[in-house]
Amino acid sequence: MLEIKNINAFYGNIQALHDVSITINEGEIITLIGANGAGKTTTLMSISGIVTPRTGQILFNGETISGMKPDKIVRSGLAHVPEGRHIFPYLTVMENLDLGAYLRKDKDNVKKDLEHVFTLFPRLKERMHQAGGTLSGGEQQMLAISRALMARPKMLLLDEPSLGLAPLIVKQIFDIIKRINEEDGTTIFLVEQNANLALKVAHRGYVMENGRITLEDDAKKLLVNEEVKKAYLGI
Amino acid sequence: MDYFLELFFGGLTRGSIYALIALGYTMVYGIVQLINFAHGEIYMIGAFTALIVASVLTFYGVNTVAILILASIVAVIYSSAYGFTVEKIAYKPLRNAPRLSPLISAIGMSIFLQNYVLLAQTSDFLPFPRLIPQFHFMEPVSHIFSSAELVIVVTTMVAMVLLTLFIKFTNLGKAMRATAQDKTMALLIGIDVDRVISATFIIGSSLAALGGVLIASHIGQINFYIGFIAGIKAFTAAVLGGIGSIPGAVLGALILGWTESFATGYVSSDYEDVFAFALLVLILIFRPAGLLGKAETKKV
Repeated sequence: MLEIKNINAFYGNIQALHDVSITINEGEIITLIGANGAGKTTTLMSISGIVTPRTGQILFNGETISGMKPDKIVRSGLAHVPEGRHIFPYLTVMENLDLGAYLRKDKDNVKKDLEHVFTLFPRLKERMHQAGGTLSGGEQQMLAISRALMARPKMLLLDEPSLGLAPLIVKQIFDIIKRINEEDGTTIFLVEQNANLALKVAHRGYVMENGRITLEDDAKKLLVNEEVKKAYLGI
Repeated sequence: MDYFLELFFGGLTRGSIYALIALGYTMVYGIVQLINFAHGEIYMIGAFTALIVASVLTFYGVNTVAILILASIVAVIYSSAYGFTVEKIAYKPLRNAPRLSPLISAIGMSIFLQNYVLLAQTSDFLPFPRLIPQFHFMEPVSHIFSSAELVIVVTTMVAMVLLTLFIKFTNLGKAMRATAQDKTMALLIGIDVDRVISATFIIGSSLAALGGVLIASHIGQINFYIGFIAGIKAFTAAVLGGIGSIPGAVLGALILGWTESFATGYVSSDYEDVFAFALLVLILIFRPAGLLGKAETKKV
């Protein structure tokens, strides 16, 4: 479904990604794990068109999306939940959700998706008219995921959804991520520093170090891989 | 008391015009964090366009109210085209440059447009026809609040209400607010940020042009330099109210209008600018972000 082929991305003269290749099939949860500054976020930003890779190609459903403008990429069915959640702080929860469906014209389905999002995260319904900036960290993460779902994406890009959240909330959010994948059939690309958590929900995983993919395997195998254990799982 | 009221309504009128211009500064700043110094020139171009249209229509003997409306519409369209083009030429290529570069580019654009009008027209003050009609029902109070002032205040109020509704309820308005708050996220949900920026310049220019036409037909003369002075005042108003904030720009403009009006009336017209800028300094000392501005803190 998504094919990243040998992309190289730069910030000025500094190379952030070296020959990164990742393949994601429909219906999978794929995780990309690695340390801070390894290039995980840059990989996601390249998919969304915020960063344009200098060389290499990104295909989504057979269509080249590298070099396309971000709004075209969203239109093709990719939704991105960025690191740090990026809630519009002075817009209400409802307005944030509405904006998730910004490009959609099918108003009836948008309404259905709103109901769906509220069943996934009932807390958001209670906070509907509150400004986004006044929500707690966990609620903001729920809102960020919901806003992305409002685009009814074929594939969801999640950047560090566990960042800065209490373990209980993290578990709740990861359960929902699994449900979105299993019940709605949405393909998920999950970037996480919390490797243990990510590998437990994912089907396959990639390990990134200094802008390079160094390992790729089934998530279950990565969980017991000696190197991964030492470097990322703290065992 | 009559004198006080006269000054009050005079200040309200002045403030309304400042508000129309200040909105352009504040909206553009809110979205691209740029002080568009060429904005005053857009206002001036609006007034000149209206003058040309009005002269032609007067020649054909069209009725004054129709001239006012047609001249306003043409001025709004023409100035919007200017605002749109200025952004594309002078600011868009510098979108990712250090913040000083577009600022210098803006000043350059302002000087260019002033001199362009100076050469294309003249450096003298040109008489502008008084297009705003005298209403009979205003006659008893016309010594404190003239028909022209009423038209300016009411038009401004209508424009503000429409702008507020637009920003609050339309898709483009929501996209503008989203872009102002978080540009990266706006891109990620599929907002065409370039289009939003263009729209912001067009709306700001339209309001400025409207202000230009109204004030020119009230005062009765224009020249190429009016944009600079009005621009500086409106910019002051925007900063006073908190740059980036729409209600702030309106509030700042009204306060500035009243300050100038009362200073002129009770002290001396020589002191109008002294009081206006002294007020600015005072407010910025106690509220650096402006009256309704948001201090730069963010919950992370």
